[in-house]
Parts: sequence; C-alpha cells; structure tokens
Amino acid sequence: MSGSLGKDLLGLAKLSADQIRLVLDTAVPFREISERKIKKVPTLRGATIVNLFFEPSTRTRISFEFAEKRLSADTVNVASSGSSVTKGETLVDTARNLEAMRIDMVVIRHGASGAAQFLAERIESCVVNAGDGTHEHPTQGLLDMLTLRDHFGTLEGLRVCICGDVLHSRVARSNIWGLTKMGAEVAVCGPPSLLPNAVHDLGVKVFHRIEQAIEWAQALNILRLQLERMQAGYIPSLREYNRVFGVTRQRLDRAPQDILILHPGPMNRGVEIDSDVADGPHSVILNQVTNGIAVRMAVLYLLAGGRPELAEAAKEGSA
Amino acid sequence: MTTVVLRGGRLLDPGTGLDETGDLLIRDGRIEHAGHRLERIDDAEEIDCTGKLVTPGFIDVHCHLREPGREDVETIETGARAAAAGGFTAVCAMPNTQPVTDNQAAVGFVQRQGQRASASRVYPIGAISVGQKGEKLAEFGEMIGAGAVAVSDDGRPVMSAHLMRTALEYALTFGVPVIDHCEELTLAEGGAMNEGIVSARLGLKGIPDEAEEIMVIRDILLARRTRGHVHLAHMSTKGSVELIRWGKERGINVTAEVCPHHLSLTEDEVEHYDTNAKMNPPLRTAEDVEALQQAVKDGTIDLVATDHAPHHYDEKEREFADAPNGIIGLETALSVVATWLVKPGIISWPTLVEKMAVQPARLFKLPGGTLARGTVGDVTVIDPDREWVVDAASFRTKGRNTPYQGRTLHAKAVCTVVGGRVVFTENSAAHGR
Repeated sequence: MSGSLGKDLLGLAKLSADQIRLVLDTAVPFREISERKIKKVPTLRGATIVNLFFEPSTRTRISFEFAEKRLSADTVNVASSGSSVTKGETLVDTARNLEAMRIDMVVIRHGASGAAQFLAERIESCVVNAGDGTHEHPTQGLLDMLTLRDHFGTLEGLRVCICGDVLHSRVARSNIWGLTKMGAEVAVCGPPSLLPNAVHDLGVKVFHRIEQAIEWAQALNILRLQLERMQAGYIPSLREYNRVFGVTRQRLDRAPQDILILHPGPMNRGVEIDSDVADGPHSVILNQVTNGIAVRMAVLYLLAGGRPELAEAAKEGSA
Repeated sequence: MTTVVLRGGRLLDPGTGLDETGDLLIRDGRIEHAGHRLERIDDAEEIDCTGKLVTPGFIDVHCHLREPGREDVETIETGARAAAAGGFTAVCAMPNTQPVTDNQAAVGFVQRQGQRASASRVYPIGAISVGQKGEKLAEFGEMIGAGAVAVSDDGRPVMSAHLMRTALEYALTFGVPVIDHCEELTLAEGGAMNEGIVSARLGLKGIPDEAEEIMVIRDILLARRTRGHVHLAHMSTKGSVELIRWGKERGINVTAEVCPHHLSLTEDEVEHYDTNAKMNPPLRTAEDVEALQQAVKDGTIDLVATDHAPHHYDEKEREFADAPNGIIGLETALSVVATWLVKPGIISWPTLVEKMAVQPARLFKLPGGTLARGTVGDVTVIDPDREWVVDAASFRTKGRNTPYQGRTLHAKAVCTVVGGRVVFTENSAAHGR
C-alpha cells in the first residue's frame, strides 16, 4: 500500500509543498461526508487499522477512529498508558506482533520522539504518526493548515504566530514545517525558557512578548501549556503566565486587525487563552475539530493508495 | 620464553624519534633491538612486516568491559580480545561495573580476569567514591596496591566540588590521575543528544556544551588549587578545548582525552533516531569536531581513548530517548583516527602513535609506549594502506553497537604483540620461521 504520500505519514518535515497541498485538497471533498445523515463510504472496506495509543489521548484518537469508520475500515484500538519501558513489552516486539497480524495501517501515538519512524522502519504496514514525543503531530499540522486556508483562501504570505510552549510541542514543529513549506510567514512567541535554544535557526520570527505577536499576526495558534512545565521550573506560575503571555480579549482589542484564533486543544481556559477569546467570534477552534476528521480521512485514503483525482468519486462511494 | 623478530617494517617511536625501516627483536618479553636489519636468529618467530608500521603497543585508557555484572554484554576476556584485534596491547577498565570496582578485592578481580584472558593487558581503574555515589572517597591506597592505575567515577560526574578537590589531593600521595566524566547533571538531565538545531528539529532534549564545560573549568581550577593531576575524559566541545588550553598555558596539571567518534562524527548522525549515534557526551557539531582535531594536532588534547561501551542489541533497539548511551570502539579506534585525521593530512602517523601509545603510557605511568631497548615487548603492527569495511558481526567484542557499520575505513592493526607473545594476527602479517 503506498500512494502519492509514500508508505507512511511521519511528519511534515518530510513532505513537499505539493504533498501537503494534495492532502488538503483531498480533505475538502471528504469533509462533506461528515455532513451527511449517513456518514459512511465504502472506500477502505476490508482494510484493517490499529490505533496504537501509548499516551492518553481523547480527541486525536476519536478523530482517527471516526475517520476510519466513515471510510468503512475495520479498526482496533490498543491503548497502553505508560511507555513500553514500564509496560515490559518493547516497541519492537509490539511492531512484530502487529506485522504478524497482517494489518494494513497503524496509527501510533507515543511519548518518545521518533517512535513512529521506529515503527515504520520495522513493519510493512503504513504508519501514521498521531504524535510522537515532542517531535511531530502531522495530522494536527495539516488540519490547522486546512482551517487557515478555509478562512484566508491561501496560506501564501499568511502571518501565523504559534504561541506558548514551543520547546515541548510537537504541534508547533508540524505547524512550523508545514506552514513554511506552504509559503506562510511563521513566528513563535513565548518565554525563552519555553522556546528551543536554536529557535532562530528554525526559519521563524521570534517574539518574546505576546503584544508584539498580536500586532504582527493574522492568526494565532495557541498551544496548550502542559501543567507539568511549571513543576519542572520552566515558568514560575500559571497565574503569571496568563498575565504576561495569555491571549486575552483586552490584548486582542488593541490589534490592528481581526486575528483568527486556533488552539489544538485541550484548552486551559484562563491560562494560555481566556474564555472570551476561545468562545469569541474569531475563534475557529471547533472548525479545527471538524477538519481533523476530514484531514485524517484524506491521509488514510492517500496512504491506502487512493488516487487524489478520484477523491470526489470516493466520497460518493464508487472508488 | 619465545623470541620474536618483526622484519622489515617502518619502526615508529615518536618518544625516541625513531622512524626507520628495520627489524625489531623481542626476547624474553622485552625489546632487545629496534633498528637496523638483523641476521637470521635461530628459533625465533619471524613476522614479515614489509610495508607495515611497527609501533609501541597502543593503550586505551578508557573502556568499559562490563565484568562483573553484565557478562552478557562483554566480559574482560572478550574485551581484551577485542582490544588485541584493534591493535591495543593494554586497556584500562572503568569501574562502573556491578558491583562497582571500588575496593581492593574488586580491583584484584579485574586484574586476575585480565591475566586469565591472556590477550591485551587489562589495568583496573578504581572508583573515586564508594559505590560511585559521589559521597565518600573510596580506598585509593588499597585499590592502587591491588593494581589500580587511576581513579574515576566515569559514567557519572563527581558532582560535589568538595569531593573532587579531596580526591585530587588524596591521589597525590599515590601519583595516579583522577579521571572526571565532566557533566553538570542539572543541565544535562534527560538529554539524549547535543542541544542545537538538530535536537530542536527532532524534538529530543538536548545536552548543552556548557554541561561539559562548566565541569571542565571547575576541575581545572581545582587542579590549580590542589596541584593534583586531573584527567578529563571524552572531551566533546570546542569550548572545552579552549578551557584546557587556558589551563595548560598556566601550567596546571590537566590532561585530556578525546574519543574517535568525537573526532569524526557530528550530531547529524542522530537525524534518523539511530541509537548507535547515541552516547554521552553526545556527538556535537562540525565546528566542535574540527576544534578537537586541531587540539589533537597541537597537543591541547593529550591522547585518544575509545570509551568502548558495549550494549545489548535489545537495549539499543528501542526509542531513542530510552536507549542507553555508548558505542563500541576497540576494533575501530585506530582506523577511525587514521581515516579522519591521518589520511586527510591533519596529523601524521607518528602523531597518531604519540596519542594512542606514547602518551597513554606516559600519563598513566604504564609499561610500554616505547620501542626503547629493555622495555616491555608490547608492539602493534599496522597496515597503513588497508581499506576495509566495518562489519560488527565479525568483531571480537560482544557489542554490535557501532555507528561505523558498513563504512569503509582506512588502515588496520594486523598484528598485536604483548610481552613478546603474539596475541592477535591477521593472515596478511605473514608468519614464517
């Protein structure tokens, strides 16, 4: 099984602009399926997919599962909290077992950076990275881009600022690679203790004050602040974080233009984002969720060898 | 005892300035002659060394032989055989075994297993602190009495500056170097690779240069205070080189080693999450590699050591952040240094011999490191023109964890003689009588 995306989707760093465009374009017709009364097409009938989640996840797992089910794939969920180290079985053994079960695709979420690639190198099935450590979360990056493109019509020249804990964020990395490839201007904003030391070499603009980011950006992608970062000493307190770096209505009101608000979820209301921003008129946070299913359907379809020009037909159930 | 004649090689001894084609005679375990051609000697084992380099035996002052505790990964015997195959006539075994080599009985065990292996010589290194816990000094005097040649908590840094100071002072009595693994743990904690653009891209926690350099300058300052001999293990950054240079210019008793991998590979090796490119300190940048190469050339770095660290295949075959640090090195060290430093003309063969044979013997006060008459008959024969492809499966070490797998290397040890006894030979070093 391999289509125009190759065997696996491991990260956006490895994709070309054309491949990204292909996924986004393919997602558009698939989005319509979720609007129907009967939300199912037979496109992936007979394909078996394992959702292998080594980290707790609700929305990404549900989103993948809906995407798979709406394409009529047979799916199995394997949830395993804790790393393979504490669980006993190694990832390589897990991989071999999956291979022996002759499955077609694996969707993997894992706490270690590189885990998806590790698996992909060891099995013949297609591997979709649903988030590996602090490395990449490519389908999130794709759905963010689709949401931005829906609103602005193009990504070319668009000014997007990724706000918050970039250092520990796989969403940030996938967004940076994806958006940059599509011709957007990307900035990051956060305290330097939450940005990679080499951030200036990532090809992005860097702001340390949220006010500057708001003045510059057309869209903000606000990252979730992992609460354990505070215990690890990266920031002094959540309260101060909100006061200095939080995206608040008051701050947005001073912006020279309306700013589109994205958040990969789950949100810490009152920390990185205030409720009146999250629920405000320029928030597309729920559009992201809807687009998530469409993008994941597109990815699964393309990896399974689906032809992009037949996507329109696939949605009718004839491909 | 046997008599061995190594015929017609290029005899290289940078310690005495010897560099000529001739014969080398070892009788009763000692070098009797190194120079002009000799007549035929009855009952001598003859080794044709035409086209080869004949040098003082190489000595590795830093390797992990894993015994006692992890005999599944390496034993003193397999390690000593791997050393011989790599051209080393002697190795120093680090004490981070299970249990830790932190007392005279444990040192005696390593010593005895080394003798039993009957390959390269094995010198134990004793721990600095009891259990390598960094709290209480181990009994240096007794360990040295039992055969230890240095002390180190390698694998772990000596985090307490007070303990390091005391170790440097206490070791003065016995005249052994105190080897430190320079790593400021609060900075390095959780790190899996060099901190920089590659770690930022891969989403792996980085180890900054400063984790090493802070401890390098601390140790240099403590050596200045105590006049003790501090030996800095596996230097990996340009900044460390500059700090060592600063210390040496002031006459401080600091010496330093570098590993072949830090002289040849960069953080780019980690790009595909290859756990065989994971070691501590991590592979750094091209700028660091170049600074270390120059430091070998100009003498800021005194010697090359392997940090040979075998791991079980299963332990390396896992997620990058969870894989253990370290690579094997005994059977590739000479060739890696030759390939990356001698071949491009950065250093000469005599300098390589200086860094891998002469200096280790001198700084650690070990027998050998010279071809002078009357000294111990430890000799390495090198084919400088050999090209070979690394295949870890053929190695004597039990470890297979090498980032050089499949690479073509230049030059190879073809015969290793310890105390006048051939402990390793390849067909190309033709035997005759």
